[in-house]
Amino acid sequence: MAVIDISNISIEFPTRRGVLTAVENLSLSIEAGEILGVVGESGAGKSLTGNAIVGLLEPPGHVTAGTILLNGRDITHLPESEMRKIRGAKIGVIFQDPLTSLDPLYTIGRQLTQTILTHKKMSHAEAKARAIELLNEVGIPAPEQRFDAFPHEFSGGMRQRVVIALALCCDPCLIIADEPTTALDVSVQAQIIDLLKNLSREKGVATMLVTHDMGVIAEAADRVAVIYSGRLAEIGDVRSVIDAPKHPYTRGLMDSIPQIGQNLKTLPNIIGAMPRLDARPEGCAFNPRCAKSKSICRQQTAPLIETGSDGQWAACWAYEGGNKYV
Amino acid sequence: MANFILYRLFQSAIVMLIVALISFFLFNFVGDPISNMVGQETTVKDMDELRQRLGLNDPVIVQFGRFIVDALQGDFGISYRLQRPVEELIAERMPATLELVFVSAIIAIGLGVAGGLFTGLKRSHWFSKFILTTSLVGISLPTFIIGILLIYIFAVKLNWLPSFGRGEVVDLKGGWSTGLLTVSGWKAIILPSITLALYQTTLILRIIRSELLEVMRTDFIKFARARGLKSRDINYGHALKNTLVPVITVTGLQIGSLIAFSIVTETVFQWPGMGALFIQAVQFADVPVMSAYLILVALFFVVINLIVDLLYFVVDPRLRAEIKN
Ligand SMILES: Nc1ncnc2c1ncn2[C@@H]1O[C@H](COP(=O)(O)OP(=O)(O)OP(=O)(O)O)[C@@H](O)[C@H]1O
Ligand SMILES: [Mg+2]
Repeated sequence: MAVIDISNISIEFPTRRGVLTAVENLSLSIEAGEILGVVGESGAGKSLTGNAIVGLLEPPGHVTAGTILLNGRDITHLPESEMRKIRGAKIGVIFQDPLTSLDPLYTIGRQLTQTILTHKKMSHAEAKARAIELLNEVGIPAPEQRFDAFPHEFSGGMRQRVVIALALCCDPCLIIADEPTTALDVSVQAQIIDLLKNLSREKGVATMLVTHDMGVIAEAADRVAVIYSGRLAEIGDVRSVIDAPKHPYTRGLMDSIPQIGQNLKTLPNIIGAMPRLDARPEGCAFNPRCAKSKSICRQQTAPLIETGSDGQWAACWAYEGGNKYV
Repeated sequence: MANFILYRLFQSAIVMLIVALISFFLFNFVGDPISNMVGQETTVKDMDELRQRLGLNDPVIVQFGRFIVDALQGDFGISYRLQRPVEELIAERMPATLELVFVSAIIAIGLGVAGGLFTGLKRSHWFSKFILTTSLVGISLPTFIIGILLIYIFAVKLNWLPSFGRGEVVDLKGGWSTGLLTVSGWKAIILPSITLALYQTTLILRIIRSELLEVMRTDFIKFARARGLKSRDINYGHALKNTLVPVITVTGLQIGSLIAFSIVTETVFQWPGMGALFIQAVQFADVPVMSAYLILVALFFVVINLIVDLLYFVVDPRLRAEIKN
């Protein structure tokens, strides 16, 4: 059983000018010990998907269809009081900017023990011991001394380690890391990615790693999900997706990366831009930019279709004959 | 840290010196102090003698030095109007003003913080909208109109509360007369303190609300939620604490303004405080009283500012670090 199993979720924002469907019919799952890389242009819906899992969608956004299963338990519409107990305990979250993720007025030790004591029944001394152990685990030197330091006394990379320690407080089974290295130096990025990799290998944590950096994906992810305009374009084993992308969008994505490590916020090799949510074309959202679009592409969104035997799926009519995901 | 405090004390001393200089010039150059002091039958010779005796023929710098030394000893001269030492007059009136300001400050901080928290945390609640609308009234109506309105309703129409004075006062040791130990004293302070506090309540409420809305959007609040913290801990532990630095600044300054604004309130309610004394002094060009009042109010502001600065350190570790370097 997958740690997290999302099937066919849609996320909508009711607005004055009608309902915006930001994420539509999206499915993905992550096994224990596996890292799923999630890529896509800015505004594709990566963060929304992560937020939906932990129940942190900003109102009026909400999940309108589909289910989210955590270890088989349906958590799609849990009340806030229940969801709160899962956040930070079963699911750890890491955000993009370590400089602003920590409360500047509290020592990191206090923030750690606070999180631990919120979720676990233990004495303050035990919580402190646990916190120091965590700091040690994420590679903070001299954790006993650093326990009483304030966030501003740490470098960016060290702060992100503290953030990771906070996400790990209660041995989560799932970590959602939303661009955890974007704000960091390249050398520090590699360290953080190594840390996340070790966590999933050694502790069997399932990780959803959202990033713009294909280098990070190639380096860390086991599988990749490509999201385009709120819909899953392609998902599959990292090597197959990088070496043999099936969806024309993924292909464009890979072509526009001359070398690994380059950022993919803009895609010079694909003409045009991702449509705005309120101006999504009929059919496949990518069809106006696709060189091979057929008439059906302009009429109907393609289901996920299995493109080979190795668990690679693409939402593209070019593979019409294959197994369809339902 | 000690250096910083010394530095701030030094700054405060400079501010006080400048205020003293202004008071001094007010004293010496607004009208002729001698003709203000003496009656009409005094001869020119007597006046010259008095001038000599008071040292008014000495160089200005010497006079200023004497003024400072006297002021430091609490000697502000003789009131022209009442022919009594100014420090005596002020000492008599100070308790009334300080009690009024104290009660107003408690009201302003209490209601301001509570209202700010409520409207900041429950933005779309109908009661928040109600509070915000009514608080506009607090900002836009002048103090004296509110005072007169309250007098009209609660003193004239309903006859629940007195419209003027302090009620019965009790003399404590050290010459402090308090109205806070009698029922009539408490009744008397209700309307003036509400009048005085209204504007400051509104300001504190609005600053807390807007700071809170700002802080609630920050990443560390989002991350605190993602850590599964209880909303009580997030709201009061993380969000409120992060609004404190600006809130302390504003609150400190507002308490200073309470003392300054009390002039109007004291006049409306015939409250026998320093503000009323000052207004009378202005009417009679009673310069010694005016300059003493000026210095005293400046002193209050300086002390409050100093306390505000020290509170920053208690709240914000980044400032502590900055000062260390
Ligand atoms: N409160 C909201 N109201 C309306 N639309 C929203 C709201 N929040 C997000 N969206 C829309 O949802 C879409 C997806 O946003 P999301 O933050 O998930 O993008 P992303 O893939 O994480 O992008 P990035 O790489 O820039 O982080 C965006 O197009 C955004 O405009
Ligand atoms: Mg995002």
